[in-house]
Amino acid sequence: MKPPAFAYAKARALDHAIELLGVDGARLLAGGQSLIATLNMRLSSPSLLVDINGIGGLEGIALRDGRLEIGALVRHVQAERSAEIARHAPLIARAMPHIGHAAIRNRGTLGGSIAFADPAAELPACLVALGGEVEIAGPEGRRTVAADDFFKDLFETALGPRDVLTAIRVPAATADTRVGFAELARRHGDYAMVGLAAAARADGKAPKDPRLVYFGVGTTPVRARKAEAALAGGSLDQAVAALAQDLAPQDDVQATAAVKTHLAGVLLRRVAQQLEAA
Amino acid sequence: MSPHLVDIRLTVNGEPVNERVEARKTLVDFLRDDLGLTGSHIGCEHGVCGACTVRVDGVVVRGCLMLAAQCDGARVETIEGVSDTGEIADLQEAFEKRNALQCGYCTPGMLLTAQELLARGGVPDRSAIREHLAGNYCRCTGYHAIVDAVESVAETRSKG
Repeated sequence: MKPPAFAYAKARALDHAIELLGVDGARLLAGGQSLIATLNMRLSSPSLLVDINGIGGLEGIALRDGRLEIGALVRHVQAERSAEIARHAPLIARAMPHIGHAAIRNRGTLGGSIAFADPAAELPACLVALGGEVEIAGPEGRRTVAADDFFKDLFETALGPRDVLTAIRVPAATADTRVGFAELARRHGDYAMVGLAAAARADGKAPKDPRLVYFGVGTTPVRARKAEAALAGGSLDQAVAALAQDLAPQDDVQATAAVKTHLAGVLLRRVAQQLEAA
Repeated sequence: MSPHLVDIRLTVNGEPVNERVEARKTLVDFLRDDLGLTGSHIGCEHGVCGACTVRVDGVVVRGCLMLAAQCDGARVETIEGVSDTGEIADLQEAFEKRNALQCGYCTPGMLLTAQELLARGGVPDRSAIREHLAGNYCRCTGYHAIVDAVESVAETRSKG
């Protein structure tokens, strides 16, 4: 289908974008790889699209005070090739090839993926697994929101209607950082049926403080806390069994809830191996 | 001027283009309807099938997931332009020789996507070729012949 009618404005700067977003029904346009699809399907009908692609200063990747800051307009392809991300945020580097297809990764942005908060998307889960945070500019100024508090509900985040997500930050990996990532999709690059992003610290036998964050199984990224505890206690089998309590997936077009729960266990076994590897 | 209309200046296949477009018009509709460049096809219109693949500022994108209004100042290339320059003549020949197309609907998108991979140089293995083309549906060939064609061109070019 074709999108409904809307107006279009190119923001010159962050302040200008925030001002334009004051228009009733305005929506922010970044990479557009999710938004324009929803417009074409008439699942959303904004009055105005505020295009932030021309705003400078939102496409940097930099290490600051032990944290890697990734600008909102960094495109997936840029992240995929970034030596800084490979070194300081290896979980994101590992997730990147699973995100969309080549042409989608050329346009889609990291900030857009986080802000859109598709429950089956990879990056929101990575951000939660890493205990990252989101930098937001809005009418009241700038603020930082922890990833744990950012994803509220289905496509709902801590972003207000006039807020612009400007960057994400994650703790830079250290020598004892361990990460794991796996997903199952019917076609490489499609949204996952079930996926798992994980981070932990190496500590002898069992991974310490593991954070297991599933995607495609709920309305937001879902932490599997009982499985985390079992894994920290050294029992992978108990961790897999605990997933039945941690996760409550719904049937969808891709798989039934029972299949998803089973696949979540399969992924946990794969990811647990990755967490053990140095 | 209505805020629903946007003036854009860009180049398409090297030619300067100045047009007034509806804000809601996608790039592929603009190319097909306003410029008559119907080599870029429309399949799913939500980014899944890859039939609308074009190049913007040197990289392949979904023509259905960009607005024409966003292309102000951009350099757009379509299958028509890339064919005319001879950039992919060897790839087109390999597709024909190996029956890597039947109905041809996906072919412009396949060619542009494959060319992006080939332009990186070297000889990608078959799984890398498959992965790079994973965003382009073909409902005729079963893909094997397409992978064959791309692989053979990679080998020939790396020797050249």
